[in-house]
Amino acid sequence: MIITRQKPIDDILKCLDGIEKVFIVGCTQCATICKTGGEEEVKSMRQVLEGKGKKVAAAEVWDTPCNLLEVKKRFRDGKDAISGSGAVLVMSCGDGAHTVCAGTGMNVVPANDTLFLGQSERAGRFNEVCALCGDCTLFMTGGYCPNALCPKGLQNGPCGGAKDGKCEVNPEIDCGWLLIYNRLKDAGKLDNMKKIMPPKDHSRSIRPRRIIVDAVRKR
Amino acid sequence: MIMTLKEKISSRKFIITSEIGPPKGIDVKSNLEEALMLKDRVDAVNVTDSQSAVMRLGSLAVSRLLKEEGVEPIYQLTCRDRNRIALQSDALSAAALGIENVLVLTGDHPSRGDHPAAKPVFDLDSVQLINTLKGLETGKDMAGKELKGVPSFCIGAVVNPGADPLEPELIKFEKKVKAGASFFQTQGVYDVDAFAAFMDKVKSFDTCVIAGIILIKSPDMARFMNKNVAGIFIPDKLIEEIENAPDRQHKAVEIAARTIKDLKGLAHGVHIMSLGWNKLVPRILDKAGL
Repeated sequence: MIITRQKPIDDILKCLDGIEKVFIVGCTQCATICKTGGEEEVKSMRQVLEGKGKKVAAAEVWDTPCNLLEVKKRFRDGKDAISGSGAVLVMSCGDGAHTVCAGTGMNVVPANDTLFLGQSERAGRFNEVCALCGDCTLFMTGGYCPNALCPKGLQNGPCGGAKDGKCEVNPEIDCGWLLIYNRLKDAGKLDNMKKIMPPKDHSRSIRPRRIIVDAVRKR
Repeated sequence: MIMTLKEKISSRKFIITSEIGPPKGIDVKSNLEEALMLKDRVDAVNVTDSQSAVMRLGSLAVSRLLKEEGVEPIYQLTCRDRNRIALQSDALSAAALGIENVLVLTGDHPSRGDHPAAKPVFDLDSVQLINTLKGLETGKDMAGKELKGVPSFCIGAVVNPGADPLEPELIKFEKKVKAGASFFQTQGVYDVDAFAAFMDKVKSFDTCVIAGIILIKSPDMARFMNKNVAGIFIPDKLIEEIENAPDRQHKAVEIAARTIKDLKGLAHGVHIMSLGWNKLVPRILDKAGL
């Protein structure tokens, strides 16, 4: 899931400075779970903006703003309301904001900062466990990713900075390599850790990445 | 004929190294004064690479300046700020400047230093960097391209005998040996018995382990290190000793010399990190009988 956090309201208002009418778009998926763009948040944003003297053309939660075809369909259906606004305030991830811009050609203002790809531990608690490196080695590291869990992304074991099992960068979090070590030890797979892992191939994650799924290509 | 560090390591001489930190700026006067003070007493002097992720004058430049003064440098090279292109290029630069000793470290995270907004690089880790330097010695770069003029290094690495748990540290140590490190400098040692237990565990690797000695300048510093520095354990007895000493510099020298004496039969050398008190290093060595 894509984890987002709402920008400070003053920053959002600054971006909307001089704009009279705003069209608000939320998202039924990740942003709903993050409480940054569900029904409730969209409604409350409407109240805040109206309180600041803005007109709100509509406040909708789309399924989903990161889907270009869906955005284009929504734009066709609600063209007057959207085009008649000075900006679309997108309460989703950056992907959603980008796609709404691409599908509507409107002035888009992102309401959220997009933080990471995250695991939902429980309501309102999200953890980054995958760094989207494009070269998964979880089978070697006991299911814990050193790229995501070690701030240095080390491939061959701990840096030596961990104190009482906690990371030198953030004493609130566990040393990723100690998690890996303990898991491999329990599974009797410490040999995995003894192998020298080669440097990552960063040419696999050159931005912007795009793929066409083989099954679609063949069609 | 003066022996190089590499030759001294292979002849199993007891190695003595110290270290200096380049300034923030370009005034190297005190660096060079310190180096000259150490010149006839130590085998080589480490030059730190923007240590603690605090931006400073480059370790390569200061390493070369030491060499010009007749002091053998150990060029510290961290993975923190350079990708594999820059790491290889800087290693070749060192070799072209006549610097053979390279100490490879991961490096502290930039968030811990004075430019916390900097992009952390860590394109290679320390094990991979050692591998890469060994590769350069075969005349090829990481891309398999031939080098015009082949470098030769004396590659060092670090190990923390006080790591808890120790096993992951030992696994990484073994990888560094396999990758081609020919000497190790350790985190500061205060508990000689624990160090002896560590040496017993690594004796089968038959590599050169140079024990770290960090001067205890004050009781507060000792407590700070105990609380914040991984793998450092300064026993209360030592802290009391320094607390009750009428002359702390004198006491710091005494404790360091005593530790070095105790380490003589165990370690293959000592690396003295004086934290700005390099002028005390000759006295420490005198007292330790070195």
